[in-house]
Amino acid sequence: MEKGKNFVIGVYDEETVLMSAVEEIRSKGVKIHEVYTPYPVHGLDNALGYSYSNLPIAAFLFGICGTITALTMMIWMLGFDWPMDIGGKPHIPLPAFIPITFELTVLFCALGMTGTFFVASNLNPWSTPNMFDPRTTDDKFVIAFDLASTKQDSAQLKSILSETGASEVTTKSLEN
Amino acid sequence: MAHHHNTSVNLDEKFVFSSEIKKKLFILIGVGVILTIIGVFLAKYQEDHAHAEHHAQAVATSLVADAHADAHATEAPVHGEVDAHGSEAHGAEAHGTEAHGAEAHAEGGHHEKPVWAKRLIKDLWQNNIFFAGIAAMGIFFVAFNYVAWAGWSAGIQRIPSAFGNYLWVAAPLTLVLFIVFGHDLFHWTHDYLYNPKDPRYDELLDGKSAFLNNGFFIGRTVVYFGLWLFSWTTLRKYQKNEDIAADAKWWHKSVVTSAFFLIFFGVTSSMSAWDWAMSMDPHFFSTMFGWYVFASWFVTALAFITLIVVVLKDNGYLSIINENHLHDLGKFIFAFSIFWTYVWFEQFLLIYYANIPEEVGYFVQRLKTDAYTPMFFLTLFLNFFFPFLVLMTRGSKRLGIMLKIVCVVVILGHWFDFYMITTPPVLGQNGGLDGIFLFLELGLGMIFVGVFLFMVLTALAKLNLIAKNHPMIQESVHHDVF
Repeated sequence: MEKGKNFVIGVYDEETVLMSAVEEIRSKGVKIHEVYTPYPVHGLDNALGYSYSNLPIAAFLFGICGTITALTMMIWMLGFDWPMDIGGKPHIPLPAFIPITFELTVLFCALGMTGTFFVASNLNPWSTPNMFDPRTTDDKFVIAFDLASTKQDSAQLKSILSETGASEVTTKSLEN
Repeated sequence: MAHHHNTSVNLDEKFVFSSEIKKKLFILIGVGVILTIIGVFLAKYQEDHAHAEHHAQAVATSLVADAHADAHATEAPVHGEVDAHGSEAHGAEAHGTEAHGAEAHAEGGHHEKPVWAKRLIKDLWQNNIFFAGIAAMGIFFVAFNYVAWAGWSAGIQRIPSAFGNYLWVAAPLTLVLFIVFGHDLFHWTHDYLYNPKDPRYDELLDGKSAFLNNGFFIGRTVVYFGLWLFSWTTLRKYQKNEDIAADAKWWHKSVVTSAFFLIFFGVTSSMSAWDWAMSMDPHFFSTMFGWYVFASWFVTALAFITLIVVVLKDNGYLSIINENHLHDLGKFIFAFSIFWTYVWFEQFLLIYYANIPEEVGYFVQRLKTDAYTPMFFLTLFLNFFFPFLVLMTRGSKRLGIMLKIVCVVVILGHWFDFYMITTPPVLGQNGGLDGIFLFLELGLGMIFVGVFLFMVLTALAKLNLIAKNHPMIQESVHHDVF
């Protein structure tokens, strides 16, 4: 989000009011910029028409990287770099490699997925997240319209928000 | 989306076990009977005409690379002898080629049944313990959902709840098979093993005889079935009362009964696995075995639950069920397929790594022989790689057709897993996949599936299909998974 953009904000008190407001606003064809909630609201993703996250694909790829790293490391170390005779087993005993392969797969997958999630949702340490109303971390719900990307003007958007049950309606511009 | 589903939900459904479905099941059982009979004749014919051919097999004594094992022990024995002779195993040439598996103890003494008969008996036992366990796992599913105060599963509760009805078949069948065919299935049932004057005296088994003896075995089996059936009939009674009068007290009573059942089941699920499956290889023991069999039973039960839910849904029942419930059932199958693999592999890895003769014999017989090696890897593919890769994505877990495919594969895979557990101790090197397998084993499997489904659907038709007065039924109606 760039500096100086103008937004119309509606604050809602109840989850159920918010849900029906989102459905009504979208049915009118008005583009919602984003909805802010203090906790995950079941069904909100669907109501907003969000497509499903691609995070599992990232997780799978990180996992595969872990598998390959573990196997390559162990096969190279015990099979080629420094072969040892352990209990008469072959130098590359695959069953014995499985636990470490599993652990590294899970480790790469978990760390990679967490990192990807933070970067993708703008939660990385060097970013300052935009917050239209600090009460969305406590007990309020916010629907935000981006004036630059909606066809309606500020007054129309405000009346839509009031009609759908918003307790407060304001205009805000982002400073950071 | 959950918000739209509750409009079309009908909680007052009742499953009708129509004559049409019954006819289909009878056809399944009938075809199974015909295939089994053909299989028996084929097996008998093959045996009569190929008697001269000896099934001698070169069997290693170790799971370590062949380069080590082949040097000294190409003709070493398999079952029993490995342990009994301990350190002599490497000099086992004295026992010659006859020392393999089932025939090792046949010489002299009692009458030995022909291989085809033993094969039939073994197949009966394999299917019997497989389906007995699945039925018990149905009760287990209902019980832990009660104890966890789970709401999402209230809508499908009656399907696993009906599984217990099959125990009325499994309990007498288990006892009859053991009493009539005990000597064929369980090496440890022979009296001569415990007579020090007999040349076949087995010191190791004599040491286990306080636990492994006919009386105690039968007593334990009666206790397992007694406890399971008692818990099941109690839970069913409460469910029936709940259907008649909406009162949360039946749910509270069910939670208490379930908690007691879970305590008993924690012990009896493992012990029944030791008794019915592990003691077929009486010299072998593994502390993981109970959990391994538990995992196999449980994931198969989950597959049966899911399959029945999807098929009922396809036939217009279960309006309460949507893709969110299927998603959770899919996650269950996915998770417990991995759990099975974890336990299965844990058991294998420790035995492989330690390479101690009395433990390793179990896997040598299954992994290093022509008869069983293909199926050993087949079970790993069907029970792990297939469900793992297919059910990995969110979409496939929410799709009825994908679940149906995976469920059938998982059920088949774990049926093969039970084949792997039960066959080598009884048939030695005479087991494995062959042409007759498509008749005898498949036919008998069809009979058991038919009888199992018949008992389950009978029970399913007795109560409401949906637990409409379950205190958390609304949670199930509004269930929503991201």
